[in-house]
Amino acid sequence: MTASPITAGSGVAIAVELARAVRTAGVPVSVDRTVLLAEALAAIGLTDRERVFAAGRSVCCSGPDEFAAYAAGFAAVFGTEVIAGHPIAVPPRIVVTDSGDDASENESGNAVGPSATLRWSRAEVLRELDFAAYTAEELAEARWLMARMRPVGATRRSRRLTRSARVGRHPDLRATARRALRTGGEAVHPIHRRRSVRPRRIVLLLDVSGSMEPYARVYVRFLQAAVSGRAGVEAFVFGTRLTRITRELAGHDPDGAVVAASRRVVDWSGGTRLGEGMRRFNDEWGVRGLARGAVVVIVSDGWDRGDPERLGSEMARLHRVAHRIVWVNPLKATEGYAPTAQGMAAALPYCDHFVEGHNLDALDRVIVALGD
Amino acid sequence: MRPSDVAAVDSALRDHDYLPDPALATVVFLALRLDRPLLLEGEAGVGKTEVAKVLSRWTGGELIRLQCHEGIDVAQAVYEWDYARQLLHLRTLEAAGRAGSEVDLYDRRFLVRRPLLRALEAVPGPRPVLLIDEIDRADDEFEAFLLEILSEWTVTVPELGPVRAVEPPVVVLTSNRTRDVHDALKRRCLYHWIDHPEPERELEIVRRRAPGADGELARQVIAVIGTLRALDLYKSPGVAETIAWAEAVAALGARNLDPETIDATLGVVVKYREDQERVRALGLDAIAAGVDR
Repeated sequence: MTASPITAGSGVAIAVELARAVRTAGVPVSVDRTVLLAEALAAIGLTDRERVFAAGRSVCCSGPDEFAAYAAGFAAVFGTEVIAGHPIAVPPRIVVTDSGDDASENESGNAVGPSATLRWSRAEVLRELDFAAYTAEELAEARWLMARMRPVGATRRSRRLTRSARVGRHPDLRATARRALRTGGEAVHPIHRRRSVRPRRIVLLLDVSGSMEPYARVYVRFLQAAVSGRAGVEAFVFGTRLTRITRELAGHDPDGAVVAASRRVVDWSGGTRLGEGMRRFNDEWGVRGLARGAVVVIVSDGWDRGDPERLGSEMARLHRVAHRIVWVNPLKATEGYAPTAQGMAAALPYCDHFVEGHNLDALDRVIVALGD
Repeated sequence: MRPSDVAAVDSALRDHDYLPDPALATVVFLALRLDRPLLLEGEAGVGKTEVAKVLSRWTGGELIRLQCHEGIDVAQAVYEWDYARQLLHLRTLEAAGRAGSEVDLYDRRFLVRRPLLRALEAVPGPRPVLLIDEIDRADDEFEAFLLEILSEWTVTVPELGPVRAVEPPVVVLTSNRTRDVHDALKRRCLYHWIDHPEPERELEIVRRRAPGADGELARQVIAVIGTLRALDLYKSPGVAETIAWAEAVAALGARNLDPETIDATLGVVVKYREDQERVRALGLDAIAAGVDR
């Protein structure tokens, strides 16, 4: 451990400065955390940088995804020497690609049709899609979708018990004992509870790779309607990376939510690696518990430039934990379409529903499929 | 117990056979010093639950464990009334010709104390260590309820009134990140992510926790585990698997980790069929050969 003293100055001033720097680096540090930070620094002293680093991190961060930004904020105050072995946030690499040479990047093994919507790019294109403000019609549609989503979803039996008028398997002893007071200790009116029914979690995975670009805007709005319309909905987008956007999409302002979410996603219209995206989802969220017993909705055209076997085995993993898998393919409605894209063909055996999703009516059918 | 400095925590944890990473010792120190709950996250098998156990061994405070699950409610987490005894009591009063009343019924002797209530009720001696395991499995509503307890250190039994902790218990929460724990609860806690230990520390952990395996065998187990972790398996073996493997191999009486031994015990470390296939495809001979003897 390095033992170089950090700076002179009061712990409180340093705590405030560190909190501010960490906030600037992108970790939301509330005022009560700043107070706790001051207490923490007072308790451990300022003599050991490693310890100050660890203490600050335990106070400021609430997940490993915030560690890199925290380290950057810490470095801004205390310099970089401290943090050997701790990653520091690197500003994202901006890649500017000329969309014209997308075609030249096609790998030989992946034959692509001539359609303009089926292009992809190898490079991850870091840019924000133009999510301009909603038009009045779009807002109306969003409200309609939200309203449609509210009661949606397959149900499961919960372990939670609710009071029941019928005689069931779970006597409610607490209520029965209280009732028995009136009858001199004789449980004349036994009261029962029964298992309640809860809606299953819905997990939405949206493919935002280049070939899905024409649909990205409308589907982000669909995701937003789903997340804010009903509890227990999780939303992810994947292209070359996997990004969870549930938090950004929550709330009642569809405009703001969609803008916030689109800012969070950096791989709009990049390459398609479905198998890799599914694997990251399975590893980090799905198989750990998020997709367990859930209805998983994948919105993708099934074009995968990765190894289709990988996609197949990841779909198999997901299938083993999920309640239902619904695959929404905007291309399905296209005349003459058959699910022969390698990715789609590999995934299809594991899908419980395969539906089209190219317009609002089709989305309504998606909503119906969620209820099965 | 409120230790005087971080070094004291570090050495105490080591004395009780837990080898913390340097940051963890600092965070545990702060949790004890500032009376804050400690929220631990990390892959399965890195020793999150073990932190609470070692704190209990060290401080001598009783370990009170609350295993969270879906639908967990007040009756399972805080308190319940002993209904059978209540009813009997009412019948007895009836037989004696007296009428029962609420006051008789909700007496402390009929109270069944569940983990949270027990952790708050004062007992002589060191303060208890409350382990709230896998908080991510509980429902949102329960989390909100927990937040109240962890900030006020008070629960209210409607029939009896509030129970307030004289001294807050040591609280360790663990989560497997199957869903986000609420921000409000996280803000209440100190947060630490436990990583897989580096090889030297893991070797030391195995030596302490699996004394049956001699030094050479432990070294070989660590080397092979390192190879397995590099394979990018669905479920990489954690420290818990490392320890279990060392114990299993030692129990078989093996002195070396040869291909046959790996074959016989692979299920102790690699628990997915796909992962096992992957390891076997690489060749157990090759894996065993990676260990220099």
